[in-house]
Amino acid sequence: MAVDTNNTLLEVRGLKKYFPVTKGLILMKTIGHVQAVDGISFSIKQGETVGLVGESGCGKTTTSKLLLRLERPTEGEILLEGKDINAFRGSELQEYRTTVQAVFQDPWSSLSPRMRVRDIVSEPLVVNRNVTAQERNERVSEVLQQVGLHSQQATNYPHEFSGGQRQRIAVASALVSYPKLIVLDEPVSALDVSIRAQVMNLLKDLQEQYNVSFLLIAHNLATVRYMAHETAVMYLGQIVEYAETEELYNNALHPYTKALFSAALPSHPDLIREDIVLQGEVPSPINPPTGCRFHPRCPFAMPQCSEETPVEKEVSPGHRVSCHLY
Amino acid sequence: MTAVQTATDTILEVNDLKTYIFTRTATVKAVDGISFNLRKGETLGIVGESGCGKTMTALSLLRLVPKPAGRIVEGEIVLNGEDILQKSDDEMRDVRGRQISMILQDPQTSLNPVFTIGNQLREALGIAHRENKGSMLSRAVDALRKVNVAAPERRLDDYPHQMSGGMKQRVVGAIAMSCEPGIIIADEPTTALDVTIQLQYLRLLKEIQAETGLAIIFITHDFGVVARMCDRVAVMYAGRIIEQGDVRDIFSRPAHPYTQALINSVPKLEERVERLYSIDGQPPLLSNLPVGCRFAPRCPYASDRCYEGYPTTYHLAEGHYADCWALDADWEGIPIEEFVPPTGSAG
Repeated sequence: MAVDTNNTLLEVRGLKKYFPVTKGLILMKTIGHVQAVDGISFSIKQGETVGLVGESGCGKTTTSKLLLRLERPTEGEILLEGKDINAFRGSELQEYRTTVQAVFQDPWSSLSPRMRVRDIVSEPLVVNRNVTAQERNERVSEVLQQVGLHSQQATNYPHEFSGGQRQRIAVASALVSYPKLIVLDEPVSALDVSIRAQVMNLLKDLQEQYNVSFLLIAHNLATVRYMAHETAVMYLGQIVEYAETEELYNNALHPYTKALFSAALPSHPDLIREDIVLQGEVPSPINPPTGCRFHPRCPFAMPQCSEETPVEKEVSPGHRVSCHLY
Repeated sequence: MTAVQTATDTILEVNDLKTYIFTRTATVKAVDGISFNLRKGETLGIVGESGCGKTMTALSLLRLVPKPAGRIVEGEIVLNGEDILQKSDDEMRDVRGRQISMILQDPQTSLNPVFTIGNQLREALGIAHRENKGSMLSRAVDALRKVNVAAPERRLDDYPHQMSGGMKQRVVGAIAMSCEPGIIIADEPTTALDVTIQLQYLRLLKEIQAETGLAIIFITHDFGVVARMCDRVAVMYAGRIIEQGDVRDIFSRPAHPYTQALINSVPKLEERVERLYSIDGQPPLLSNLPVGCRFAPRCPYASDRCYEGYPTTYHLAEGHYADCWALDADWEGIPIEEFVPPTGSAG
């Protein structure tokens, strides 16, 4: 809670999203809930990147949808510059939709094949802001150049571009309306190795230029270390550890974080270190384990782990962990 | 003495293999003259970006190049002492599965959704063993147990959609190993899996390899997988192997500028990197390859010579080869020792 509120752009407090599991066609009976996101809190500072890591099904994508207001939370709030985004209506909501943009994983499916690059890129402007055709075209050629494409390419169709260039188009489209926050959902994992570095460097440069914040969702820990200022580790809908990226990578505390780092592939054959090898798979979020959700796979599990839910503790300034060991 | 040893040890030898795809307008040189060999129990990594010919190499080894457009136009693939390119289609059926087998990237598409996994396992096992129903069943259970599937008896009646991704990939592995092949080609087997599941799978492959002396060809774009799994690496670029060698040589002393750039463009888990090296531009089209070195247009050290002719292969150390003119004694550009791309590492 000791967050400097001056430059906090977005704050998430106790966010929960439960999806009902129903049975029957007519009398839909709710027989349970998928606890996709279960009480997470974090904040994003202006011009900084927060990385969200975890395995599939841990709630990363649901979190991003909640932030984009594509889903409504079951509980909790999301504050953009102090205002609850779920209270937005009408023009305020329209404004929010231009302030928060997204870049998705697969540039083959995220760009409409029937639209020219100019129309794809300028869509956030046309839909939500009143701009003249000339202003629009000028802005489009400006952003295209900033992402490393030629302004003449604005009349081309997406299929004329390679994967890396398509992702640049997606980035241009996200940037065109001067957003304050961009949700990056696995922005480079569909790209080739040599192209990934290009896009990651581009995103970092643009962040500096625009002072825009990123929420980076990725499963590759090395990517997150390169891009993010702060990192949250999620497991089954909860944030188990949260810290500044360098602090987290040098001093991981939660057994799950340690296990993730052990499982990550080394950058040199002499750096193979697999201290913790997790057994089994992530349990179902419909009936998550009691107590600490990680206890069935945790190599350090104690009797109390299956009974009591661990409370989040701040072990050092800004480094929070939910584990009975601490 | 050593010559005899290597001869018996080598299970696969590929010499100057060329696989082209003929389209109406162009010839795509997907694999354009590659040579490598594989020893028993060894893991060879074939690394490269998409479209560099990795998968076409794998399909050529199984003689499964898509017909009629694709064709192996030249070369030799000597598997257990026999050139499989001379074999008839009928003879090839005995080679696939028994001598050489493959695991594909996406377990969702490599398993048939309308048959139970027990059924699919028995189909594969039936190639090697013609026995009664009861013993086939126990063989199927054994095959699943080998790949660490919990409660295999109950899993036999499951359909693929009832299993998780990691579990499905284990079943695919079990099918691939059902006829006890000497070589398995694993084409990006873990890219569809989560990190902790990926590690479980990679360790499983290593365990099976230690037990059976299986040779594995790992096709991947991920240097992390290579560092974790492989004994030797071949780096492919635009249809050719531009560098190959022992995994430690490749990671510690990469000679080719492309290998160097590729290794330096991957963010590291172990240390903070201020700025990643990024290779400008894109790989050339395989239908329209440059005359000289194929990496020259993207290479920061390229000189005129690089554009004139494809470089010769230079021998650097035991088993370490690279195709780069800078390794030539007459090279006049920046000396290769100074070929270290700026990584901007913060120490």
